[in-house]
Amino acid sequence: MDLLQELKKHNKRAAAKLITMVENRNPGYQEALKDIHKLSGNAYVVGITGPPGAGKSTLTDKLVKELRKKGKQIAIIAVDPTSPFTGGSILGDRIRMNDLSLDAGVFIRSMGTRGHLGGLSESTKAAIKILDVYGAEYIFVETVGVGQSEVEIVKNADTTVMVLVPGLGDDIQAIKAGIMEIGDVFVINKADREGANRTKAEIEMMLDFSNKEKRPSVQMAVAVDNKGIIEIIDEIEKHKEYLIDTNKFHHNRIESTKEEIVEIIKGYILDKIFNNQHINEELNQLTKDVVERNVDPYTAGDLLLKNIKL
Amino acid sequence: MFDKDKLSNIESSLIEYEKETEKLLEKRPERKKVFKSGSGEPVKTLYTPLDIEEFDYSDSLGMPGSYPYTRGVQHNMYRGKLWTMRMYAGFATAEESNKRYKYLVEQGSSGLSVAFDLPTQIGYDSDHALAEGEVGKVGVAIDSLKDMETLFDGIPLDKVSTSMTINAPAGVLLAMYIAVAEKQGVAANQLRGTIQNDILKEYIARGTYIFPTEPSMRLITDIFEYCSKDVPKWNTISISGYHIREAGSTAAQEVGFTLADGIAYVEAAIKAGLDIDDFAPRLSFFFNAHNDLLEEVAKFRAARRLWARIMKDRFHAKDQKSMALKFHTQTGGSTLTAQQPDNNIIRVTIQTLAAVLGGTQSLHTNSRDEALALPTEDSVRIALRTQQIVAHESGIVNTVDPFAGSYFIEAETDRIENEAMAYITKIDELGGAAKAIDDGYIQHEIMDAAYKYQKEIESKDRIVVGMNQFQVEEESPKGLLRVDLSVGEKQKERLVELKKNRDNESVQNKLDNLRNACEGDANVMPFILEAVKVYATLGEITQVMRDVFGEYQQSVII
Amino acid sequence: MENPIRVLVAKPGLDGHDRGAKVIARALRDAGMEVIYTGLRQTPEQIVNAAIQEDVDVVAVSILSGAHGTLLPRIAELLKQQDAEDILFVAGGVIPDDDIPELLTSGVKAIFTPGTTTTETVEFIRNNVRK
Repeated sequence: MDLLQELKKHNKRAAAKLITMVENRNPGYQEALKDIHKLSGNAYVVGITGPPGAGKSTLTDKLVKELRKKGKQIAIIAVDPTSPFTGGSILGDRIRMNDLSLDAGVFIRSMGTRGHLGGLSESTKAAIKILDVYGAEYIFVETVGVGQSEVEIVKNADTTVMVLVPGLGDDIQAIKAGIMEIGDVFVINKADREGANRTKAEIEMMLDFSNKEKRPSVQMAVAVDNKGIIEIIDEIEKHKEYLIDTNKFHHNRIESTKEEIVEIIKGYILDKIFNNQHINEELNQLTKDVVERNVDPYTAGDLLLKNIKL
Repeated sequence: MFDKDKLSNIESSLIEYEKETEKLLEKRPERKKVFKSGSGEPVKTLYTPLDIEEFDYSDSLGMPGSYPYTRGVQHNMYRGKLWTMRMYAGFATAEESNKRYKYLVEQGSSGLSVAFDLPTQIGYDSDHALAEGEVGKVGVAIDSLKDMETLFDGIPLDKVSTSMTINAPAGVLLAMYIAVAEKQGVAANQLRGTIQNDILKEYIARGTYIFPTEPSMRLITDIFEYCSKDVPKWNTISISGYHIREAGSTAAQEVGFTLADGIAYVEAAIKAGLDIDDFAPRLSFFFNAHNDLLEEVAKFRAARRLWARIMKDRFHAKDQKSMALKFHTQTGGSTLTAQQPDNNIIRVTIQTLAAVLGGTQSLHTNSRDEALALPTEDSVRIALRTQQIVAHESGIVNTVDPFAGSYFIEAETDRIENEAMAYITKIDELGGAAKAIDDGYIQHEIMDAAYKYQKEIESKDRIVVGMNQFQVEEESPKGLLRVDLSVGEKQKERLVELKKNRDNESVQNKLDNLRNACEGDANVMPFILEAVKVYATLGEITQVMRDVFGEYQQSVII
Repeated sequence: MENPIRVLVAKPGLDGHDRGAKVIARALRDAGMEVIYTGLRQTPEQIVNAAIQEDVDVVAVSILSGAHGTLLPRIAELLKQQDAEDILFVAGGVIPDDDIPELLTSGVKAIFTPGTTTTETVEFIRNNVRK
């Protein structure tokens, strides 16, 4: 099967295989991505993030159903953490989206974080491009927003929806540091629970101190009962319009593309270091020297770089 | 209860004993480092009065038939009446199941227990796409009152007590039962039996849910209310630990999670305006019996004592009957092995002893071949005979609660009660059972226990005879019961026939009325009964309710 | 680290007893595999569609209701229709020995009956998965 040709023809299996190919870094994946890149850039990417148990999958399910009523083609990338001990993972987001699983206009893919350096962000980026070329108009990227790598993934999104639940209290404090900054739309899910208004007030207060140009709105929702869904779609659309009207859409994509290129360079260099036995040995030796204070880390870096053939 | 001086004497001789034992162990070490109960709890070499220092006869046990009911809910237990030997059965069509019920009654079974197929349990008619391949498989297929009439044909409903394993659509099947009785000329207030009607454990462990939590709880309290007036001898719920245990929980979790569910139902009913003593006497429970005989006996005793205390102290029940925990037991399906299936007869015997020594009100004994398929008639007979042998030959029924006063049994009873109570407290903190299920807490605890159990089997820390030790080469078992696929076709034809011949206009009418009732806050039971009587199908009735209430979303807890 | 084997674990049909499916999901995860768990009441169409989108190496289903004779061959057939016979399709549950030959002919690669250890299942998958 010529995967690229098939992908252009909206072939589900080709899209799935290409994602595996980039996720596994199988031979030829970069070549494939070169072609895919040129054809991509049409889909709108929505990040869905928030703490575990916030109901992200259920919310995604409902948002997607709403967009499907408008005939939009959708893809969902659901990311769950990989166990750092066994390298295995249980990816269970699909379970909340069972109704969508037979909808030909929806493609769902689960990914494990797999723990390689910066690799997840790259895989997600690539998967987005593949699904874009596959024909998705909206791509939802769902992650558990607790760690740095998840933040990296969300940077691929045009609009990021931060999902919270009432009564998080301390959790919000923890999430606030840095991560709150990435939300373009805030959703308080399970808003029929006690403390929803207080949580809303807390978030509003935090947003008072935010230096974002467009103040994010805070929406109440009960995703399970399909409440507040249309309003969230409206907010996503409003944010999209804002990005386009202020030319930020273009600006953001330039920024993230630059980052993408830088990441590729970093990956390339790291690859040169860690996949070269000679350099690896040198690194180990230099590390010892640095620890024993015979050499400083800057000099060590310079020495190492000199020996890398780019 | 124990004299302080005497206790300290015991303590010094115990220390002496332990020293001596230790010396002996150097020469002859024990077979295992830690001896564990069936639920994985460490068990000591010896139990003495020191393990039950707080034991107070009146407070801890009391007399059988009175608070806190530790020793049993009747005064003389099995000297008066034996437990009900109730064999869960049902498969294929209503005709086939009807034959099996008549056979069981002839063989001395004293109560019927209806197993429904999965489409029925999930509220789908046999012609629904999801019913494909499932019709009549794990129980009898019931699509409408017509099937129910056939199922109980020739069985006098004023004479038998019938237990129905039905949950999400329990109200519909109960209504059908009432309607069949009416046709036989038996009034609803004469009917005796039980519906399982326990949705929370479906979310936790068994999986045949339909509606979300809130409307489900409403349906349950509607049934409580309706039955307290119209079907007063009916047990309106069987709060089930059985499936929680099957899902892999420990004995203490079985008690803790089941009673926590019970608390949720009581609270929902009180919130709906019912008086505790109006419905609590009709609450019944359903537990599992596993192989660790002593732990299981202690479990049943602990459950009774803890429930009595909860009803008295937490809910301020006044009626003694509200405090007495009555329960049905089924032997543990997950303890059966597919290897050397005849060995299962022995397992079931041990479990029967546990249930009877634990004071059960009724018992289903599993058949030896149930790890392979639905049981054959021969296997069912052996399982029933097992109960009869225990009842008539073992002698354990001659006196009430014969294990009481054993240091170990009383210490185990205390342990399980305490552990169960700790789970209940934790669940209260999480906002009650419904919320704890929603958050996945209960499922996660059970899954941890189940996984640990599996690992112990694989590492042979736990021996299962015939499965991970003492294996033999076996031929595949012959003569298993099979339900052929034509059952589905037959049911489909019947549905077509039914829909042609009934008064479709009144069906529509009654369904519309039901819809209104669901949307409002009237008790839905009378409306379901009306719809059932004009032969609206189970699928049609539940579809109306699905439209109004929505469907439950499972959570992934692994 | 080597790329993990991807496995779809599902329960076809209406049977709600998911202890076995969950235990196996955990065991596969602990063996370093990526498990996509889709839960209860899955139709063969849903299972195969998910298998394709997720590009899994293995489809593992658990079934205790007795509906295996209808549902398992259907899954195998749909995999064939999608040219996805290279996906290793295995099943576990209460399945009588007599039914096994026919199921194997229909395209199920292995049937794990009660008493099979998770280790055996993991080994079977490792040894038979496409690579």
